[in-house]
Amino acid sequence: MSVAVPILSVKNVSFFYGSGLPYVLDAISLDIAPGTITALLGPNGSGKTTLLNLILGWLSPGSGRIEVSGKPLDAHSRRELSSRIGLVPQDEHVTFELSAVEYVLLGRAPYLDFLETPGVEDRRLAARALEEFGLAVLRDRSVSALSGGERQLVILARALVQDPWILLLDEPMSHLDIGNTRRILQVMAGLKKNGKTIIFTTHDPNIAAAADDVVLLRGGRILALGPTASTLNTENLSATYGVRVDVVILDGRPVILTRA
Amino acid sequence: MDKSRKRSRRLWGIGAALLFCLAISILLGRYPKPYVTPISAVRDDALALNLILNLRIPRILSALLVGMVLSAAGAVFQMIFRNPLVDSGFLGVSQGAAFGASLAIVFLGGTAVAVQGAAAVFAFLGLAASYFLARRIRLGDWVLRLVMAGIAVSALYSAATGGIKYLADPSRHLPDITFWMLGGLWAITWKDVLQILPVTVPCLVVLYLLRWRLNLLSLRDETAFSLGVAPGRERLIMLVAAAASTAAAVSKAGQIAWVGLIVPHIARRIVGSDSQRALPASMLLGGVFVLLCDDLARTALSGEIPLGILTSFIGTGLFLVLLLRRKLEIRK
Repeated sequence: MSVAVPILSVKNVSFFYGSGLPYVLDAISLDIAPGTITALLGPNGSGKTTLLNLILGWLSPGSGRIEVSGKPLDAHSRRELSSRIGLVPQDEHVTFELSAVEYVLLGRAPYLDFLETPGVEDRRLAARALEEFGLAVLRDRSVSALSGGERQLVILARALVQDPWILLLDEPMSHLDIGNTRRILQVMAGLKKNGKTIIFTTHDPNIAAAADDVVLLRGGRILALGPTASTLNTENLSATYGVRVDVVILDGRPVILTRA
Repeated sequence: MDKSRKRSRRLWGIGAALLFCLAISILLGRYPKPYVTPISAVRDDALALNLILNLRIPRILSALLVGMVLSAAGAVFQMIFRNPLVDSGFLGVSQGAAFGASLAIVFLGGTAVAVQGAAAVFAFLGLAASYFLARRIRLGDWVLRLVMAGIAVSALYSAATGGIKYLADPSRHLPDITFWMLGGLWAITWKDVLQILPVTVPCLVVLYLLRWRLNLLSLRDETAFSLGVAPGRERLIMLVAAAASTAAAVSKAGQIAWVGLIVPHIARRIVGSDSQRALPASMLLGGVFVLLCDDLARTALSGEIPLGILTSFIGTGLFLVLLLRRKLEIRK
């Protein structure tokens, strides 16, 4: 994916957890265009989540560098970075019973001073984000009491009020049924329409097929990357997963079949 | 908006209850005769006025501060360690403070600065030891690991404090040390109040100002980071404030157990789990709880009931009620 003006560039990034340990990621380079949806696809342990944490700035690369709009990650202040890049974790652990609206309000943190508490405008934005996802009735329900699909939408609503340029989602559909998976994909499409850039990880090629672009990872290396329609082919996927897969094209989108 | 408003109103309600308790506590006592000092006596009896101004008010203020500090610290520990079963008594903080205080009494001359300083240092060491030990234990989930580590560190400190007691001069030092083990405010004077004020009040203010951010610190580190939080640094600020104020309170009042565990749970049930309200509610409710327990401690019998014993009885009772009625939120 060579892009004229990438919003995110990963340049020759390697990462390992300690000297002497093997590379988790080995010389990864990719450019991501603004307003696109990119899937990081690979088997478990291929380095997807590590790559996501590097893009977030939570981990620092052993070598290479990452730039947002041409500016290196570490040249951003933490607050600046948090209004550029948002994270939807795989599952949110909420120890105490925060209500949905209280949880969504946490997304306003990048716009508040250290000692500030959310104001009327922040509360309005949080309520509106819940409404937008059809969750207004859940606003006072405890996050931990929500179903998996509802909870994922509430986490997305939190990311919506954070209003970042780039949204990272770690396995956003891994615990969801097909109805909720479709809903999350629709939300992602809506965010894209509003100009957001979305990067999500998945180990399911059929979910990756909903993205514009796909990056195939295996063992910390990029096997292939490019537009979904041409990249998700039998050869690339068989190499990624080490099993034979078939790809058929349905309505212009690849559909991946595995054989027993 | 309704629910949020209702909860804010409840917070004000707790504040009003605290003011009411403060007012009646001034008149509760055993002079001139048991239970109530009539207002006429305050007006006419110089001794009654003197007693209220120089004994009762400093004692009431210190009960208030101790309750606020222990409950605030409990709420902070529970949020930051994402663990509903911890408070300063379960993390080696209280025992560390008691050990430091005993050490200072026996070996450092027992001045207020030495006692409070040593209490704070060892309280913080206890907290750090519990936390790092819990990270290394390979048994059970996080809630259980932290509780186990805290029990071990607390027991170690108790043993060390026992050693100091054994070495202490039985006539000069031992009574002072024993006093902590029981916990109580009977010896509090204005001087004591003025000694703990400069530590506890700034710490309470810091915790209060950061109350909303406490919610962010209860998230996973990556998520908190993505929201612009510096998880390590901000946690440290709150833990230092919680441990230092606890150490100051414990160095004067001794082991006042169970307050920090139970009060935040009750506060969350009243105003919800959002720390923006739950933390101030814990502070106010903690003030009410210790104040009422101390009223009972000094008024109920002709002799003094040690406050720590009362808070333990009442605290464990409430804890059991919450547990048995499944009102306690305990989740992995």
